[in-house]
Amino acid sequence: MEVLILAVLVGLAIAAVRVRDLMAAVAILGAYSLMMALLWCQMNALDVGFTEASVGAGISTVLMLAALGRIGRREEGPSRAPLLRLPLLTMKARLRRAQQLSRQHHRASAWGAVLVCVLVGALLLYGTRDMPQVGDPDSPANRQARVAQYYLTKSRDEVGPANMVTSVLGDYRGYDTMGETVVIFTAALCVLMLLREAVGRGRRERDA
Amino acid sequence: MAELLDHLWTHYHYAIYVALMLIGLYAVLAKGNLVKKVIGLNLLQTAVFLFYISIGRNTDGAAPVVWIEKPDTMPYENPLPHVLMLTAIVVGVSITAVALALVVRIKGAYGTVDEGKILAMDEAEGQGKG
Repeated sequence: MEVLILAVLVGLAIAAVRVRDLMAAVAILGAYSLMMALLWCQMNALDVGFTEASVGAGISTVLMLAALGRIGRREEGPSRAPLLRLPLLTMKARLRRAQQLSRQHHRASAWGAVLVCVLVGALLLYGTRDMPQVGDPDSPANRQARVAQYYLTKSRDEVGPANMVTSVLGDYRGYDTMGETVVIFTAALCVLMLLREAVGRGRRERDA
Repeated sequence: MAELLDHLWTHYHYAIYVALMLIGLYAVLAKGNLVKKVIGLNLLQTAVFLFYISIGRNTDGAAPVVWIEKPDTMPYENPLPHVLMLTAIVVGVSITAVALALVVRIKGAYGTVDEGKILAMDEAEGQGKG
C-alpha cells in the first residue's frame, strides 16, 4: 500500500513540475498534498496527516489560486513575448540581446540544475548507507532515544491528554510552538506589507 | 558499489524520498517561472517531511495515542518527529505565502514572472544607464 502511494506521489510530483498550465500544476500539487496526507495516516502519523490535508492541501492551494488570479495561468516559454513594457528597450538590438540572454539563461540553468540534482542525489543516496530500515523498532531514533521513551511512558501522567502529540506540542516543546506562531505572525506581516503597497499604488493610479 | 546498490534495494524508501526531493530541487533550479519555483519548493519540503517522519516509524507501533495505560514495550510510533513536522508544515505554508506575495509584486513591477526575462530586463536597464 505504501509503495503504491509513493509511486503515485512521484508521478504527481513530475506532473506538477512538467505541466505548462499553472492552474493545472496547482491542482496537481493539491492532489499530491492529499496523497501525502493519506500516506502519513498510513504511517500512523495521524496529526501530521490531517494537518497536511487541511494546511498543505487546503490553505496552500487557496493561496496559490489567489496568487494565480493576479498573475495569470499560462507559463510562458523562454522569451516569446517581446519586452515592450520597458521604455529603454525600444531599440531592436537591445530587444534581441535581452531575448538572447533570456534564452541562454534558460538553457544554462537547465543543464546546471541537472548537474546539481545528480550530485545532490548521489550524495544523499550515499548518506543513506548508515540509515536503519524504515520502521525498525530498534532504530536509534526509536529505542535508544530516551526522550521518545520518556514521552511515551510519562506524558499521560505528567500532562494528561491521551494523544502524545498534543502533550509534546503544547507542553514539552511549547517554546517550539510559540516560535512557530511568531513565524506565522511575521509571515502575515510580510504579506500584508508587500501586498498593501501594491493595492495602494493601484488605487493611486486609478485616482490620478 | 555492489554493496551500495544492494543496500538501496532493501532500503528503497530512501531512494523514493531522494527522488521526490530532487524533483522539487530541479523545479526550483531550472524552471524559469517563479510560480513553478514555489511549487518546487513545496515538493522539496514535503519530501524532507516524509523522510523525517519515516525516521520515527515503528512497524510494531500504533498511532501515538494512549490505549494501554502502562506500556512495557514500545507499542507506539515515535511522537517526536510528528510534532516537529507539524510545526514545519505550518512554517512551510508561511514561506509559500510570503513567496507568492513577492511573486505578485514582481508581476506588478516587471509585467512577467519569468526569471530569464526579469534578469534580461535588469541587464538591459543596466546597459541603458551605462
